[in-house]
Amino acid sequence: MTRVLLIGAAFVLTAVLVVVPLVYIFVQALSAGWGAYVANILDPGTLHAIWLTTLVAVIVVPVTVAFGIAAAWLLSKFTFPGRGLLITLIELPFSISPIIAGICYLLLYGRQGYLGGWLAQNDITILFALPGIVMVTMFVTTPFVVREVLPLMQAQGSDQEQAAVTLGAGGWQVFRRVTLPNIRWALLYGAVLTTARAVGEFGGVAVVSGSIRGKTNTLPLQVELLFNDLNVVGAFAAATVLTLIALVVLVAKTVLERRAGRH
Amino acid sequence: MKLSAIKAAVAALVLAATPALAQDKLLNVSYDISRELFEALNPVFAEAWKAKSGNDVTIEQSHAGSSKQARSILEGLPADVVTFNQETDVNMLAKGGMVAENWREAFPNGASPWYSAPAFLVREGNPKNIQNWSDLAREDVQVVFPNPKTSGNGRYTYLAAYAFGLRENNGDHEATQEFVRKIMANVPVFDTGGRAATQTFVERNIGDVLVTFEAETRQIAAQYADRGLVPITPPVSLFSAFPVAVVEENTEKNGTTELATEYLNWLYSPEAQRIVAEGGNRTANEEVTAEFADKFPQVELLTVEDVFGGWDKIESEHLASGGILDQVFTNQ
Amino acid sequence: MSPASAPAVRARAVLPGFRLTLGTTVLYLSIIVLIPIIALVLTGAGIGPGRLWAIITAPRTLASLRITITAAAIATVINAVYGLLMAWVLVRYRFPGRRLLDALMDIPFALPTAVAGLSLTALYSANGWFGAVLEPLGLQIVYTLGGIVLAMSFTSIPFVVRAVQPVLEELDPALEQAAASLGSRGFTTFRRVVFPAIMPAWLGGVTTSFARSLGEFGAVVFIAGNLPFKTEIASLLAYIRLEEYDYEGAAAIALVLMVLALVLLFVSNMVQLRAARYGAVTA
Repeated sequence: MTRVLLIGAAFVLTAVLVVVPLVYIFVQALSAGWGAYVANILDPGTLHAIWLTTLVAVIVVPVTVAFGIAAAWLLSKFTFPGRGLLITLIELPFSISPIIAGICYLLLYGRQGYLGGWLAQNDITILFALPGIVMVTMFVTTPFVVREVLPLMQAQGSDQEQAAVTLGAGGWQVFRRVTLPNIRWALLYGAVLTTARAVGEFGGVAVVSGSIRGKTNTLPLQVELLFNDLNVVGAFAAATVLTLIALVVLVAKTVLERRAGRH
Repeated sequence: MKLSAIKAAVAALVLAATPALAQDKLLNVSYDISRELFEALNPVFAEAWKAKSGNDVTIEQSHAGSSKQARSILEGLPADVVTFNQETDVNMLAKGGMVAENWREAFPNGASPWYSAPAFLVREGNPKNIQNWSDLAREDVQVVFPNPKTSGNGRYTYLAAYAFGLRENNGDHEATQEFVRKIMANVPVFDTGGRAATQTFVERNIGDVLVTFEAETRQIAAQYADRGLVPITPPVSLFSAFPVAVVEENTEKNGTTELATEYLNWLYSPEAQRIVAEGGNRTANEEVTAEFADKFPQVELLTVEDVFGGWDKIESEHLASGGILDQVFTNQ
Repeated sequence: MSPASAPAVRARAVLPGFRLTLGTTVLYLSIIVLIPIIALVLTGAGIGPGRLWAIITAPRTLASLRITITAAAIATVINAVYGLLMAWVLVRYRFPGRRLLDALMDIPFALPTAVAGLSLTALYSANGWFGAVLEPLGLQIVYTLGGIVLAMSFTSIPFVVRAVQPVLEELDPALEQAAASLGSRGFTTFRRVVFPAIMPAWLGGVTTSFARSLGEFGAVVFIAGNLPFKTEIASLLAYIRLEEYDYEGAAAIALVLMVLALVLLFVSNMVQLRAARYGAVTA
């Protein structure tokens, strides 16, 4: 009896809290018909936003993965003073509002910020352009790979690597032959989470993008822009693209979890 | 192994992003509610430019509260031209060395190709019978307009209410400030841009009256025809100039000074002015004004110079930190 | 405290890569995280304590902080219960659709918050599916505190479930069977035997959920209505101050939120440390 009741509650609550909001995105996007939907997706501004968001993810994910591996190696294989500080810095972006990240970037890289004069003199553009968007996205995605890989590397210890080194293997060899096979699923998992977060970033990018239509508008910003254009159906159409990406991420995540579980 | 596939994918993406031809490009940073206006104007200009120079031109757009936009440009947003709704915001750029000091003389009519005035948009049938500024101070009226600190639109509304108050109270500043304070206290939310305020009024159903530029009241009433919203231009309002300027600091770097100047000059052409008037804005072009005469009621438009003695005085007396705006903006 | 001082490194053996990984990590963290945060702290320090205090204790700032914390707390309570229920159902019962239900728990993480905000707003507004039912009953969600709570609950759904699930899976059913054989009834067993074991993990998830809710922006701004003193959250106020060119105001509020995040991070680490110790004892 309790069992049925609890399972029933789980289904009903999840339907109300999660499933209906998800379905509603498609209902709204298609409320003006398929023709209007396709036209909204093919709007040049929306297409460009899709492209820009893809580009940001393509840059951010590999960098964050490389950083995640380096940081996890460092934190799991060595003890050194300042280790706790590094962990705090890695964790902080997770619980900080992305708006704050944006404010930090404005105060630092804005023309009137601490580095603004120097950047202008050297003709380096960061804010209101791709570099700023990429860097803020990196800020918010900093913890994701480390979070997945570090616990695993710590749990597995360093015995295998040490044995390999003793047998004369070089650093890269050890990493590629010994460590990587052990962490690859966690690594991919972290990369998938990073992708999801990078694609969806809104608050931080809103501060540093300058919202130039068809240029520095990422897909989430495009959703807001269309909403403010009083084009609600268009906003939902753009939102379906993000939702589909989220669903792909979800499938990838589930598959990876099974794989990781087997290993 | 998979690296080559990734490389190929990246190459394909990069190719897709590279425009087929080198194009002339201009970034127009504008106020919040001019989205639809410039969407209508830009393609027509592109044709005119193509006919004249043989080049294709892309005009990029960025819209937000006018003052927010000015600050973004000071922080590095690479605007070639600004089309603002307030002189103070262009002045801010002039002070920052981005725009020439004498920008008002660079184009006709004090560099303002069209103008408008704060007006009202009320609910179907005007249930609260809102006709004039004095109605906004009534206790039973909820007013929506954008934040005067971030939006030129909101600042014009503040100034128009102040100008009306001065006239009603025979120049008594204290009574006027009390009047404006009452209006400000009737505002439940100050959005940062004009369009967000429209959203609040139309989509969120907050407030009895939206105060925004006459152009926006017309456009929104037309777009939401089924809602029966009524645009009302009060008998007295404030002449709101929409100044334009070339951001020379950036155009010199981008090599776009000539194109930028041409673009802004074109806004004064009869062709452009007609589009502007269709968008609900008033123009100084006599021919176009005559064509659209029935669309714009004759109302008295006070000017910033006559009422306040110019923008410098407004900045020092009203807008400066701790100034009159801060004193009446008690719920900020 | 120079992390690079080699003698202090107790390299567990001869493993290579210390310099390379330290260099990479420090470089990335400096450029992406540390230096921007230092810029914020410097700006905050430049304001001066008196002015900083005045900004933080201004009625509108305090109201926004109160609203943020209240909404986050309610959202966290909702997720604490819902997350526990979901973890229990997903781990302890086998039924058709379980895998799907499990996968759905990650939707709020994968879905961009702005999209969630857009959808929830439409859904609960007067002409949306849920709003059409609720508003005639006098229950308005959008543009009220309820809307903020809803948005925060949605975006932090995964944290409690995912924290409790693995611990519950590890828990030895023999304990419960023993309790049951001693005559303990279902809920008593849960309260006396199961809950103490999963509590540290549950608390960890609750803390994370709370921290995430405090920082939520994208989903909230769509649905909150953003009325000062009523439905304006702190991170939105910081954003508004920025747009007003009031950098001091923006920096001060951002600093408060960051300190809050640091404190929660500290608490969460303490809880997790306890959880780890607890795990070690039961194993």
